[in-house]
Amino acid sequence: MSNTQRSNLLHLGTIALLAVAFFILPTYHVGNLSRIMVLAVYAIGYNFLFGYTGLLSLGHALFFAAGMYGLGLSMELFDLTTAPALVIGLASALVISAVIGFLALRTSGVSFMIVTLMFAQAGYLTILYFGTYTRGDEGFVIQQADRVLFGVDLSSDTGRYFAALALFSACFLAVAHLVQSPFGRTLVAIRENEERARMLGYDTVTHKLKAVIISGTISGLAGAAYALLFGYAGATFATVQYSIFPLLWVLLGGAGTTIGPLIGVIFMFYLIDLSSSITSAYMLIAGVVLVLLTLFAPQGLAGELRKRVFKWMP
Amino acid sequence: MDFGPHLLLASLEGAVTAAILALTAMGLSIVFGVMRVVNVAHGEFYMLGAVIAWWVTSLIGGHPAIGFVLALGIAPLVVGFLAAAADKLILQKINYDPDRTIVATIGLLYIIQQTTLMTFGPDARPVQPPFNTRLALPWFEYGEGGFAMFWPWGLSITSYKLFVIVAAVAILTTLWLLITRSKIGLIMRATQLDSETALAFGVPVDRVYMWVFGLGAGLAAVGAVLVVPIQQAHYLMGHDPLLLAFITVIIGGLGSLPGTIIAAILIGMSDGIISVFFSPTLAKIIATLLVAMVLVFRPQGLLGRST
Repeated sequence: MSNTQRSNLLHLGTIALLAVAFFILPTYHVGNLSRIMVLAVYAIGYNFLFGYTGLLSLGHALFFAAGMYGLGLSMELFDLTTAPALVIGLASALVISAVIGFLALRTSGVSFMIVTLMFAQAGYLTILYFGTYTRGDEGFVIQQADRVLFGVDLSSDTGRYFAALALFSACFLAVAHLVQSPFGRTLVAIRENEERARMLGYDTVTHKLKAVIISGTISGLAGAAYALLFGYAGATFATVQYSIFPLLWVLLGGAGTTIGPLIGVIFMFYLIDLSSSITSAYMLIAGVVLVLLTLFAPQGLAGELRKRVFKWMP
Repeated sequence: MDFGPHLLLASLEGAVTAAILALTAMGLSIVFGVMRVVNVAHGEFYMLGAVIAWWVTSLIGGHPAIGFVLALGIAPLVVGFLAAAADKLILQKINYDPDRTIVATIGLLYIIQQTTLMTFGPDARPVQPPFNTRLALPWFEYGEGGFAMFWPWGLSITSYKLFVIVAAVAILTTLWLLITRSKIGLIMRATQLDSETALAFGVPVDRVYMWVFGLGAGLAAVGAVLVVPIQQAHYLMGHDPLLLAFITVIIGGLGSLPGTIIAAILIGMSDGIISVFFSPTLAKIIATLLVAMVLVFRPQGLLGRST
């Protein structure tokens, strides 16, 4: 079997497994899994920038929130139906990531992290400042009547699960394809050695900007989908914590692997789920995991697997 | 109150903010300057200083001044040792790789914050100031009968707040002397300039890094002990100082100590003045965007040298 066939098998197998899971898992875990898949889309978006392009952003919550509020506010204030609201959510994430990318990419390394963090913080404060429309930390509920897309009721368990699965599969396969394309290969070259990539004649700035836009738009899509499927938009999703989460998931699952984001989200979700039944200080677990990861498995779960067992893994 | 006295009051409050900010940001700046790493857990070391101060003062009975002086001695030491230990156990093991250091210190942030939540609890707890006399301040105005001095109602400051300003200046001066005049400072500056050459000349670079990291955290703790009689100790109190300290260090120019001081005064004063006259959220939005723009268009900061 060639490596391409193997990775196709891995991707399609993962999707099939998720589809089967709906019928065999108890309701509680099915609910969790639909949340996990939406968050995994967010992680896939983050991984595209961090894992493949090598840019560490601490401001992705801004893109997630842009999608979420783009959808939520256009429904709330202008009474749009689901499809156009979703388009607006996507468009706002696209525009914001283009602007942030254009500005932040003038810096690199530590400055890039801090600039993205600052912009995200400004975005969060802006949501709070316009509290009359966004209802700040409290957030607002998206009416059940608005949560119907192409005749599918997204507030029902089944509709929600398969909508999440469809979204996840689309992003999963698209990114898996993209990173194997010449464009994706160039991004990896930039990650490994930007000077060399530039010397070989690649326009690294444009490539990085495109990567930020793609990554931000996928993150925004995840945010819009989250609001749509779970019927809630709130400022919590714009806080620093939601910028750190995707970093955590991707690091845990394995940066620069296609399957890593999903593994990371599943692992972290259940880790927090289990520990929050024991203590209210469940973020302690996240902290310990982060430190242990940097010490012992800097490549994440999938990354270590690739290094040790499956050398062919995409 | 008229505009003039109001402005004086705002700038006095701003000076207190600036004093605390200068201490906290200086800790971050020294760590970045010497070690070239960003310590995201800096705010949590600050919080830890305040919590330890509360703990010490609540254990010691008697006059609040005794507990306060003890806290001022103990809290920075404990926090400094903790930070040095964290450096040795974690950061040294990952070779101060910039990306991984950020991730590890984010982890450290959650560990410290959540452990405090589990032990200290979610409540905000006050610490008694050692002395707290209210001092009324005079105001001069040119009126009909020439200069007149009067005492506007509400224009006052507590003696403790004045003490905070004086203490911060004293500590920063000591630090300045330590860095520029002592052998310890010489070793620190040598490590900052070129750690490999320093190592070749027999400077124990690993130990220097460890204690610089401890010193940075200790400075944050000093700031916190000074602030805790004005604010209260709370497990989430490290968040705002972290962002403010970041902003200060960046505006001042990464790694430039005089720049950090100037920026701390600038930001502390304007924070005090802006928040008196504008909505605090709007002020924060503008300040955050301004800082981001400074980094984008002048990455070396105000006093930093371009590399």
